[in-house]
Amino acid sequence: MRRVALAGNPNVGKSTLFNALTGLRQHTGNWAGKTVATAKGEYTFEGEEYQLIDLPGTYSLAAHSQEEAVARDYIQSGQADAVVVVCDATCLERNLILVLQVLELTGKVLVCVNLMDEAKRLGVDVDLPALSKRLGVPVVGASAGREQGLDDLRQAIAVLVSADAPAAPERAPAERVTLAERYAAQVVHSAEAGRLRRQRRLDRLLTSKTTGIPLMLLLFGLVIWLTVAGANVPSALLTELFARIGTVLEGWLAPAPAWLSGLLLDGVYRVTTWVVAVMLPPMAIFFPLFTLLEDLGYLPRVAFVMDHAFQKAKTCGKQCLTMCMSLGCNACGVTGCRIIDSPRERLIAILTSSLVPCNGKFPTLIALITLFFVGGRTGLLASLEGAALLLATLVLGVAGTLACSRLLSATVLKGMPSSFALELPPFRKPRVGQVIVRSMLDRTLFVLGRAVSVAAPAGAVIWLTANVTVGGVSLLTHCTGFLDPFARLFGLDGVILMAFILGWPANEIVLPVMLMAYLATGSLVEFDDLTALGQLLTQHGWTWLTACCTMLFSLFHWPCSTTCLTIYKETGSVKWTALSVALPTMMGLGLCLILATAARLLGLA
Amino acid sequence: MYETLCLSALPEGESAYVTEINAGPAMDRRLTDLGLVRGTRVTCVLKSPAGDPCAYLIRGALIALRRTDADGVTLERQAQGHPTGVAAT
Repeated sequence: MRRVALAGNPNVGKSTLFNALTGLRQHTGNWAGKTVATAKGEYTFEGEEYQLIDLPGTYSLAAHSQEEAVARDYIQSGQADAVVVVCDATCLERNLILVLQVLELTGKVLVCVNLMDEAKRLGVDVDLPALSKRLGVPVVGASAGREQGLDDLRQAIAVLVSADAPAAPERAPAERVTLAERYAAQVVHSAEAGRLRRQRRLDRLLTSKTTGIPLMLLLFGLVIWLTVAGANVPSALLTELFARIGTVLEGWLAPAPAWLSGLLLDGVYRVTTWVVAVMLPPMAIFFPLFTLLEDLGYLPRVAFVMDHAFQKAKTCGKQCLTMCMSLGCNACGVTGCRIIDSPRERLIAILTSSLVPCNGKFPTLIALITLFFVGGRTGLLASLEGAALLLATLVLGVAGTLACSRLLSATVLKGMPSSFALELPPFRKPRVGQVIVRSMLDRTLFVLGRAVSVAAPAGAVIWLTANVTVGGVSLLTHCTGFLDPFARLFGLDGVILMAFILGWPANEIVLPVMLMAYLATGSLVEFDDLTALGQLLTQHGWTWLTACCTMLFSLFHWPCSTTCLTIYKETGSVKWTALSVALPTMMGLGLCLILATAARLLGLA
Repeated sequence: MYETLCLSALPEGESAYVTEINAGPAMDRRLTDLGLVRGTRVTCVLKSPAGDPCAYLIRGALIALRRTDADGVTLERQAQGHPTGVAAT
């Protein structure tokens, strides 16, 4: 088997090329640094097997950062039969600096000029044969996103692996830059096209003083509104469908003992289907929309607009990108923190990652907002109101992250922000069809699958605690009764706190646990609409204050078990993991205590 | 006539040539990796809402730098009133 390494600058489409060649599904997106670990994949060409190694994207091989060291060591080790340096055709000059550096380490290099389609759109023309002549190595053009040029690439790799070529003599860094400039001037022909001007105009619109922040809020608001408004009907349909299937299952389980059908049907089935019904529709809308923004290249602009706030918090501006990842799933956000070079700033980003509400918290937040703050109404106005409130919750999460980061920078993780450079890639036309398919398969089903695999056993445990009685009272009631006095201090009640504790494996099951505990039958019943849910909560003494405190605590409490495990893996420290649990919990309890006490003193609740 | 200014003082939409880079060892390296060396032409393309960071066009790529880092890069350009041209090539 032949080994081929993929090297290149960040965000040149290496992962897209890797996926196109191997048929695997590494996450891709239009921003620098998504590939945080080295991926491996295989493909066969003309009877020969090839292993492809996707090295982390780097600007240099000087081994100043972890990624650079990984890439350099691998290339230098001689393990690879060939190195493919992937370049961005829209920004070839800068990319050539790395090409020249790789050529000093090995001669068995192939240059793949990727994003040829984007370059064409921007009026940039690259003379590939001329470049090949200058560099003395084969050059292949490709548009990996459209699967163009892949066969030429496979063919060129096949020729290269059996060839022999010496490395170039080492040059000084400034010398490489000059050489790259000269080569680029000779092979790149750029007509200063209207496309480029349009890119700049869009950039100014999205980042200027007057329009940058309002447009950012508007765009995020729009994504949230589409999620809130669009999820209602499919959620209701799914609930109805699951109820019908439940009735059929009930018939089948009728001969079984009551405890078994209770455990399976009221425990496992009801909780699992609830999680699917309330989670799938919002996720199926949110993830594709968010992936579209990502594919367009908007996220680095958000980081650019928000950077001043992170500077004030003495942290890295790239934290904004990891927060965007946390919005989908906190555990992904924690892994994503590897893009931050400074260990101090990376740790801050990891510790504060769970202050951004993940997708699993959305259904709870949406339900409570709709019931208590939009008055259970439906329709356009209500969904707009709901979306605005959810956006406000999100902004509160961001504010909490910044405040917490600032606090950490002033105490246990003292230091000044390190220098960093953030690349703003050209806007790319999002590949709509591909985005929808990929985000559904890779993100939605992945997150849903994980939630379901947790929800099913959790459903059984919850049913057992609600139905196993000690001294005539169920275990669940014992626990909630025990927690109640403490929880009341914070504007919550024993059931709510218990639900958050039992919901540690997955935030999605918090609301179903609450319902199960409130219902005397000890199992989750069907709710045709939210009104029934609202009535149940009000019967158990919920007021706007309870809803407010529950939302606050949902926003700020311990990270879910998957996130905790990921934090432990990333930091390798029990101490930091404990802090990442304590920090949001203290924050949530503190805010709830202040709100509840203030509301009570003022006689508002 | 040439005037000297630092990168952070470069107004939006204007260009100049790098004469000196002194932004600390880590940043100097990073800037060299990005192709910013003596003689490189830089254009200030975007200013963020707070005026810091700014995004600069460096060798065809748009790179955002914070003011504290951009302070360490010294530029030279033809003084106001003269057409700005290809001074340092």
